[in-house]
Amino acid sequence: MVSSKKTEKIAFFLLFLATLLIVVPVGLIVVIIIKKGIGAISWQFLSDIPRQGMRAGGILPAIVGTIYLVLGALIFALPIGLLAAIYLSEYAKDNYLTRIIKLAIVNLAGVPSVVYGLFGLAIFVVFFKFGTSILSGSLTLGIMILPVIITTSREALESVPYSFREASLSLGASKWQTIRHIVLPNAIPGILTGAILGIGRAAGETAPILFTVAAFYLPQMPKSIFDQAMALPYHLYVISTQVPNVDEKIRYGTALVLLFLVLFMNLIAIIIRYQFRKQKKW
Amino acid sequence: MVRTKINIKNLNIWFGDVPALKNLSIKIYVNEILSVIGPSNSGKTTFLRMLNRLNELETNFKMSGQVEFDNQDIMKMNVELLRKKIGMVFALPLPLPLSIFDNIAYGARMHGVKNKKKLQQIVEQALQKAYLWDEVKDRLDVSAFKLSGGQQQRLCIARTLAVEPEVILFDEPCSGLDPISTAKVEEAMLKLKKDYAMVLVTNNVKQAARVGDSTAFFLSGELIEVDKTDKMFTVPSDKRTDDYIRGKFG
Repeated sequence: MVSSKKTEKIAFFLLFLATLLIVVPVGLIVVIIIKKGIGAISWQFLSDIPRQGMRAGGILPAIVGTIYLVLGALIFALPIGLLAAIYLSEYAKDNYLTRIIKLAIVNLAGVPSVVYGLFGLAIFVVFFKFGTSILSGSLTLGIMILPVIITTSREALESVPYSFREASLSLGASKWQTIRHIVLPNAIPGILTGAILGIGRAAGETAPILFTVAAFYLPQMPKSIFDQAMALPYHLYVISTQVPNVDEKIRYGTALVLLFLVLFMNLIAIIIRYQFRKQKKW
Repeated sequence: MVRTKINIKNLNIWFGDVPALKNLSIKIYVNEILSVIGPSNSGKTTFLRMLNRLNELETNFKMSGQVEFDNQDIMKMNVELLRKKIGMVFALPLPLPLSIFDNIAYGARMHGVKNKKKLQQIVEQALQKAYLWDEVKDRLDVSAFKLSGGQQQRLCIARTLAVEPEVILFDEPCSGLDPISTAKVEEAMLKLKKDYAMVLVTNNVKQAARVGDSTAFFLSGELIEVDKTDKMFTVPSDKRTDDYIRGKFG
């Protein structure tokens, strides 16, 4: 018979170990990328176009392309996702149709990203004739992050206590007024969490942009949403596998920029979320 | 001559297949407090939530019979207007996650009052009627959750008053309060009587006796008896009422 003190220690050790195992890879990834990539970072690297067959110069077009794509995906997915979440959590009755919609959202989240790429190619590039363009890429990425945004927004809305809704309704406020003035303001931090997750995915995925927007080599800034653009993840793929003799420094430098771009965009969302949490009155 | 404000005829309510209220007929008069007592699960709260149509939020709600408010069938009235006229104070203090001022002004704002001066006036009047003004007048912009339980409950009363209702429903308003806060809430209720019709659902039989003009006794979804409070508490006509009041069950 093991004493309860001993089992306590074992349990603590296992739980702690599991937590540590999560931290270690994250830490290692960041450390290795910084170590190998920091040497490439310079003003020229961040502000110049790629030169000498992408073996020198900078990666500005890819940075700009990724920013455009992420913003485009958010502009498309955040409002639609939020409205759908409001419908599902506040208005939808629990019936057959609602269950099918919820099932569809779960399934959408499980679709491999390359399938989104093919879907985007078929629908946006070919059918709607948007061509390979920022618009097609943003829409494809937007659809990819919709399930995340809907699910987190719904959870955020449902976590607002039901009693607040009753109190508001009992004062003669309409259902929409209640949602608009009581439910939504208190759900915004949770909704922003969804946006943060969406940003990370949209910025990092390669497959969905492969057929819909990404240019192999395009040493200029996109002029409109109907232009092709370079994007960091695809650029990273290209210089790592398609172009021979690219300095390792440049590859890791590109990864580093992508990492910090995502962190930076997340930071903005986190700051906004913090501001809203501070206002929270309960 | 007392005027009937709400007239309930043969009301039945079910949630799914479970009956919650059976064949209820009762009247609520202006300038009176009707106390509703009974053990838990006797339909008291369902009865109260029928009057401002909060029961409808349950998807399996079914009803038959009629509830008339000023001779109008409430099921045919605009529900927002009905809830404006029939205010409700819940069992637990339920401030909205807003400042004290915004809590009181909320109802008025939702009904279209935008003028700042007017809102200030509404807030002050409502807080005074609920005997809370002196305690909060210097900190109207702090969160309502910073108030004590008793203050929060009076805030909820003030918030209800601010939309100028004609009837106020109290759902066990003192169940979470200490005796002093309870006394203050009861005092507020008694003073409000001159302007409103009120219904008080309570688990506290003594409270029913203290503030109710009439008292109704519910048991298992049925109205056992309703009468003047003095009579109910001295010579009830039903033995079950007598037993409940004396604390033999419930």
